[in-house]
Amino acid sequence: MSTGTGTTSPTTTPTAHRTVPGPTLTRLTQVELRKSSDTRAGFWLLLVIALTSPAVALLQMFFAEEPDKTFALFLANTQLPVGLLLPVLGILLVTSEWSQRTAMTTFALVPDRSRVLGAKVLAATVLALLGVLVTLAAAALGALLTPVLTPDATDWALSGAQLGQIVVVQVLSILIGVAFGMLLLSSPLAIVLYFLAPTVVTIVSNLVDALTWMRDWLDLTTTTAPMYLGELDGQGWLQVATSVGLWGVLPMVAGWLRIERSEIS
Amino acid sequence: MTATLGPMIAIEHLTKRYGTQVAVSDVTFGCRPGTVTGFLGPNGAGKSTTLRALCGLARPSSGTATVGGRPYRDLPNAGRHVGVLLDAGAQHAGRTGRETLVLSAMVLGVGRTRVDEVLQQVGLAGKPADKWVGKYSLGMRQRLGLATALLGDPEVLVLDEPANGLDPEGIFWMRGLLRDFADRGGTVLLSSHLLREVEAVADQLVVIAGGRVVAQGSSEELLAGTGTLVRARDRAGLAGALGAAGLDVTDGPSGALVADGTAEAVGLAAAAAGVPLLELRPAGGDRLEELFRSLTTTPDGGPSAPQTQESRA
Repeated sequence: MSTGTGTTSPTTTPTAHRTVPGPTLTRLTQVELRKSSDTRAGFWLLLVIALTSPAVALLQMFFAEEPDKTFALFLANTQLPVGLLLPVLGILLVTSEWSQRTAMTTFALVPDRSRVLGAKVLAATVLALLGVLVTLAAAALGALLTPVLTPDATDWALSGAQLGQIVVVQVLSILIGVAFGMLLLSSPLAIVLYFLAPTVVTIVSNLVDALTWMRDWLDLTTTTAPMYLGELDGQGWLQVATSVGLWGVLPMVAGWLRIERSEIS
Repeated sequence: MTATLGPMIAIEHLTKRYGTQVAVSDVTFGCRPGTVTGFLGPNGAGKSTTLRALCGLARPSSGTATVGGRPYRDLPNAGRHVGVLLDAGAQHAGRTGRETLVLSAMVLGVGRTRVDEVLQQVGLAGKPADKWVGKYSLGMRQRLGLATALLGDPEVLVLDEPANGLDPEGIFWMRGLLRDFADRGGTVLLSSHLLREVEAVADQLVVIAGGRVVAQGSSEELLAGTGTLVRARDRAGLAGALGAAGLDVTDGPSGALVADGTAEAVGLAAAAAGVPLLELRPAGGDRLEELFRSLTTTPDGGPSAPQTQESRA
């Protein structure tokens, strides 16, 4: 591009003040979903998420003992890589606007910042549901190939509780990523703290006997562990709610208010 | 809708403080449809803060900034009214130029054909459109930013330092584009830290330094209505002749004098006194240039310069 089409005359015809309705929340959600996949980093992250689930399923198929090769267990295990990477996707959904400074354009086009943040939350939820679909496909692949490629038998049973709780836990984990992103507005900081902070709580609560309640009520890994098999019950839900309150609701509310009030530059 | 009387962009008593630091203090000016306003000031004078406050990205500590009588945040589809380019560097390096525009087009609710139109318009059509923005030069990013601003076919353009990184031909091209936009009834507000960059296109100039407006008026007033520069070998004789003709005289650059009168009046006065002239020309933007230079060199950018507040053009 040495000179471009420097002589092109503008087609712009400014007119009197018009009323054009703003974008709907659905439209903004579509935009956010597109943003998560139209960059090089986003594309590769999605690809890795999509490929690790079948990889886990295949490893399990070849190396696990026979009773573990059920659809339900394939599904439970394929959640691990997805549950690890979805929050990163959630973090980047927010922080890339700051690290790449696109927030200026985003909020100049949609000055109502809460609408944009709401669209990000919805987009994250959709991504989590897509993630679960991928794990369902990967688990089905494992269950399908088990009798074909190995001498073992499989079992296709899946409880509604397991599927439901898996959906809930994956939606929660990506939204916790979004919350960390909103609070910190920095990709490296949010990613490091997302993985480090809960681990510190786990270590501390395991070291100090008087603090085991922390592990049971505040450590996400512990509280959500039964969900992958659909085994969460009464008090378990309370424990999940408490830990999500600490790691998800609190940072999201604080981050939301911060973004509402901060100067975008 | 809002009345079209009065300015399209109205900034009134805008003040922005960061803690105890005052970034913008009591800034007031307006931009009318059909005009280009050059918002001038040295780096750190408060230009960007003012423009961010106008575009709803920064909350004023006091005062108001409105577009078409409404705060920016109340515009239902802001990008259809106001095309904004505040920082050409604020674009995702991992997207292509076209993709950047497609995202904005989705938000604005304009079709993909419009994306191709603006790409054509800013000279990024073809190969450059599908390159990563990370591989763009600053000039190309400015063009992409301008394309984003034009995408919603707005009636107002707010551009912060849009000439940065453009080559001379690019600057010439942009001037034409902005002039044309204004001539079709649009309102343009663009900032620059270089007087020469905007004086050729701006109808109105607002000069800001240290967060305050220090000069404001039509370009003609500020650039041309500054007297006549005159030089003679006999400087004292010339000064006497001009004084005798009732013309106020001030010292000009390198031994010249600046007389408060037309070239005709000055020439007649010199001829009457028999003083041969070496040079006689409009003082031009020298006074503004002078003011501008004093602002950019004064460390605090303080109001050491004369306050030439004038009524809104």
